[in-house]
Amino acid sequence: MMNKLIFGRYIPGDSFIHKLDPRTKLLGSFYFIGIIFLANNWQSYLFLAAFTLVAIALSKISFTFFWKGVRPLLWLILFTVALQMFFTSGGIVYWQWGILQLTEFGVRNGIFIFCRFVLIIFMSTLLTLSTPPLELSDALEYVLRPLKAVKFPVHEISLMLSIALRFVPTLMDETEKIMNAQRARGVDFGEGNLIQKMQAIVPLLIPLFVSSFNRAEDLATAMEARGYQGGEGRTKYRILHWQRRDTAVVVVFALLTVILIGLKS
Amino acid sequence: MDPIVELKNITFKYQPEDSRPAIDHVSLEIYPGEWIAIIGHNGSGKSTLAKTINGLLLPNEGEVRVAGQILSEETVWGIRKAVGMVFQNPDNQFVGATVEDDVAFGMENQGVPREDMVTRVKDALEQVRMSDFATREPARLSGGQKQRVAIAGVVALRPDLIILDEATSMLDPEGRFEVIEAIKKIKEESQLTVISITHDIDEAANANRLFVMKQGQLVKKGTPEEIFSEGPKLIELGLDLPFPEKLKQVLKERGLSVPDSYLSEEGMVEWLWTSVLNK
Repeated sequence: MMNKLIFGRYIPGDSFIHKLDPRTKLLGSFYFIGIIFLANNWQSYLFLAAFTLVAIALSKISFTFFWKGVRPLLWLILFTVALQMFFTSGGIVYWQWGILQLTEFGVRNGIFIFCRFVLIIFMSTLLTLSTPPLELSDALEYVLRPLKAVKFPVHEISLMLSIALRFVPTLMDETEKIMNAQRARGVDFGEGNLIQKMQAIVPLLIPLFVSSFNRAEDLATAMEARGYQGGEGRTKYRILHWQRRDTAVVVVFALLTVILIGLKS
Repeated sequence: MDPIVELKNITFKYQPEDSRPAIDHVSLEIYPGEWIAIIGHNGSGKSTLAKTINGLLLPNEGEVRVAGQILSEETVWGIRKAVGMVFQNPDNQFVGATVEDDVAFGMENQGVPREDMVTRVKDALEQVRMSDFATREPARLSGGQKQRVAIAGVVALRPDLIILDEATSMLDPEGRFEVIEAIKKIKEESQLTVISITHDIDEAANANRLFVMKQGQLVKKGTPEEIFSEGPKLIELGLDLPFPEKLKQVLKERGLSVPDSYLSEEGMVEWLWTSVLNK
């Protein structure tokens, strides 16, 4: 079950990208998604693609992982690309049938959209592959910190996030155990029509819910016994270090923005 | 010497309309440095008793005094600082995302400065021999290892008293042995008081004193020798016999005359070889 999920998986390593501050990586990938919309011609897309490939190479993570990240979304991408191709008008018309037409602009837009999708997925996969979930939640807490001013419960949200992340593998194991236990009692998962399939989920879902409630109660008791009284007056064991390489990344992003604006037509 | 834990006539009901209280007029004292085992069958009120000691439950009647403080809404956090607790399920009490985060969790709550935390996490992990696993996630640890991390988390807080609430009941014999050995070592090094709630009769045999619970009442107090010399009567209380005691029973059935007093495993070996030589 775990092997299929490339999303949210972390590949340990000690490359340049791995050693970056998670805040840099989190904000960097958001920023990248923002500036990708600046690109609107061949040169700028080529340049962005080169930038992404360099980032991937720097992470020293095998390219197949990135390909696996794109694969489940491939149909969605192709569908969007097809819509763009057949319904955009303008330029030389290559082919026409009813309202469907393949035009110069359409093909160009389709290819751009495809690039945009793939580059965004590559960048976000790079973020999750090179950052442990825990660091990601630390970074998120840091980024959300200004929201404290508007009474947003930043500490609670980040605690919930880190507990949720810590229990993902535990609950995955448990799901598998319950599935096997129910199979041993004769439940067929994934067989029959849609209604039968949904009915088969019930003996999996209810025990999973009940055990999650029990877990939550045990965990709350254990936390209280260890003196947890909420976010006030707590210190932090984990701290984030901003290093020179992070500043370098910020400079690179600034340069990237300038070049993209320059290449814009 | 003043007792570290003193319960005076405690009664506790989970719901006011419960006909039988979960704890029924229990009084006891525990002195610093003691290893106490609380034994009894399921539903005898052992775990409830443990939870009243660190204020997770407030008794309906009676007084709880821990480390010189009387338990009340105001003193409960102070008492929890003095009392560390390790629970049964190793997975459900693991708060941190990695071993070191989990050990640090209690210290973070107390506002320990970070430089202190780093050294204390390191020391605590060394004490339970888990230093090599500091950055591991809980999903990649065995049950016994997770319990040792839980102990490290408690030890790092430097409590006066550790309560083990069936901390070894979900472990295999090897994990159980590891956990008990880790606690023993720490107890010797830092003059801890240990209260161990257990079903494992061999674990109980290692304690300085035993408390036997039955239906919410404290029915017996005494050293393991005193309690175990009751022999078969223990079975009526829903308890098992320690191995040497079982052996004695079987030998008795075969017509051998065995000593009436309780023998530890070593005592049993001693008695066996001397009695064979005397023949």
